[in-house]
Amino acid sequence: MRRRTVSRTFYDALGLLIFAVMLFPIYWMVSTALKPGKEILSLTPVWFPSHVTFDNFRTAINVPFFWNDVANSLIVVLTVVGISIVLAFFAAVSVARFGFRGRTAFIVMIIAVQMVPLNALVIPVYLLLNQVGQVDSLPGVIAYYLAIVLPFMVWTLRGFVANVPVDLEEAAMVDGATRVGAFLRIVFPLVAPGLVATAIYGFIQAWNEYIIAYVLLSSNSKQTLTIWLASFTTQHGTDWGGLMAGATLTALPVVVFFLIVQRHVAGGLTAGAVKG
Amino acid sequence: MGVAGDARARVTAGTNIEAGPSRHVIARTLLPYVLIAPAVVVIAGVLGYPLAMLLWLSTQHYGLRELFQHQGEFVGLANFATILGDSEFRHVVLISVVFTVVNVGVSMLIATGIALLLERLSRPVRILLSSGLVLVWATPVIPAINLWQWMFDYEFGVVNWLLTHLGAGNYIHHNWFENPLQGFTVITVIVVWGAIPFLALMLYAGLTQVPRELVEAAEIDGARPWQVFAMVTVPILRPLFLILFSLSTIWDFQVFNQVWVLLNQRPSKDYFLISVYSFQESFRVSKFGLGAAAAVVMVAILLVVTFVYVRQTVRLTTEEAV
Repeated sequence: MRRRTVSRTFYDALGLLIFAVMLFPIYWMVSTALKPGKEILSLTPVWFPSHVTFDNFRTAINVPFFWNDVANSLIVVLTVVGISIVLAFFAAVSVARFGFRGRTAFIVMIIAVQMVPLNALVIPVYLLLNQVGQVDSLPGVIAYYLAIVLPFMVWTLRGFVANVPVDLEEAAMVDGATRVGAFLRIVFPLVAPGLVATAIYGFIQAWNEYIIAYVLLSSNSKQTLTIWLASFTTQHGTDWGGLMAGATLTALPVVVFFLIVQRHVAGGLTAGAVKG
Repeated sequence: MGVAGDARARVTAGTNIEAGPSRHVIARTLLPYVLIAPAVVVIAGVLGYPLAMLLWLSTQHYGLRELFQHQGEFVGLANFATILGDSEFRHVVLISVVFTVVNVGVSMLIATGIALLLERLSRPVRILLSSGLVLVWATPVIPAINLWQWMFDYEFGVVNWLLTHLGAGNYIHHNWFENPLQGFTVITVIVVWGAIPFLALMLYAGLTQVPRELVEAAEIDGARPWQVFAMVTVPILRPLFLILFSLSTIWDFQVFNQVWVLLNQRPSKDYFLISVYSFQESFRVSKFGLGAAAAVVMVAILLVVTFVYVRQTVRLTTEEAV
């Protein structure tokens, strides 16, 4: 019994150590962003800011094109999510509710396509958009992001739709509802949380994307936030305080959203391997 | 859709049969296709078509001149002959493979350790650690690279200070990127740090599904803890391990952002992974044909791993009886 307590204490200490090591980088990013310049560029690290300042955030949002790029990110991401959630929902209903010839082929495509490396595809995509004069324009990026987020969204939503028992729908139809009516009144409300979770996941994926935006959007006024972060590094060096503030700002919406949906969506990639 | 299905459809549709039964059957057969059609069109058009074009491009001489003329010149397999005959490219492939093996191995090892630890923690510490992991998982990759760049800065980086003061040697003003081996160590730290939360939490979720009775039975039979792990836990979690291994391999083999952003978009030749090489050839040197050929080699290698992943996932989800 005594040995058990000792080993439990040892494990807990180890757990706390791992927690500290894993979380330190995030703490360091946020605390750097809140420090005055002198304490950032100090040969002996200043572990806690002596006083919290928002100067770095002020610098960051005053970097040229910040608001412009926030708007671009939002336009791209919201358009992508708005369109893809509808398409994904239709496809998910089809896969979860109907048996049809080609269903397995469709599922295989949905899973396999998520593994195609984007940095391989960016070459033909650049040349294709170049031919039609759509390089350096948001619609090109939007179309591309659509295809990136769709497969995962279909796959995740399929799980949510499949979890609603068919009996519920049929019971409603016995009571005189039409098929569409039963679907809208019974299935849809039950799937709604899944739709929100999936939409947020699509938001995160599109918001974080780097290489496509990096290649396709060359002019400053058209870039998204992940590309904008590079503007803190010049030939004269890096403005670390500003960069950490910018990184914190860029990460913030994603972190908040991720914490909301993590429980619902995380299982998608390992679907079936963990029953829970 | 047999007779029984049709009959049931009619019964359940109740009084709402406006059209004849035959129209109903056709509608029901077509409906699933109509529903997936938009998604298929988008995926085929925006992913499938470029993928086909990538293949075609790899057989073209396509440089700056061709870029302006929008017209390549067919050269057959010459691009592949060029890169495969180039010792630099073979070196790049070798580096990529070694990098992948090391990163997948280290990530899986640490993640398995953390998953096993999570099982043994007291409740408050377990909740603390797993929420911490979720927070790391949530951190987007580009800000994460920036923050590590700052931690490993040669002048004011906190890592250099820590290593020096922990007695690991003199790391004051140490530049991590002069020596590619050290540079790749930093890149590995970033990749592994980002990969651990997903892997550890998935494995922990898997561990909680291992039946207690099996573990206890093994312990009663005198099995040591590592024997229980090797003989009971691993075989039960084999499907999960297989999926996590293939996913990690797919992700780590195409690492690009970490190298590109960390080295301020100007990586030296020592840092060329296959994805960086292909990007450099295409967009910096404007040899799109050669870059495409390198990308095709990358996709081909990944295809093997993807096959394992897809087969496993489809098998598991069809067993689950959708």
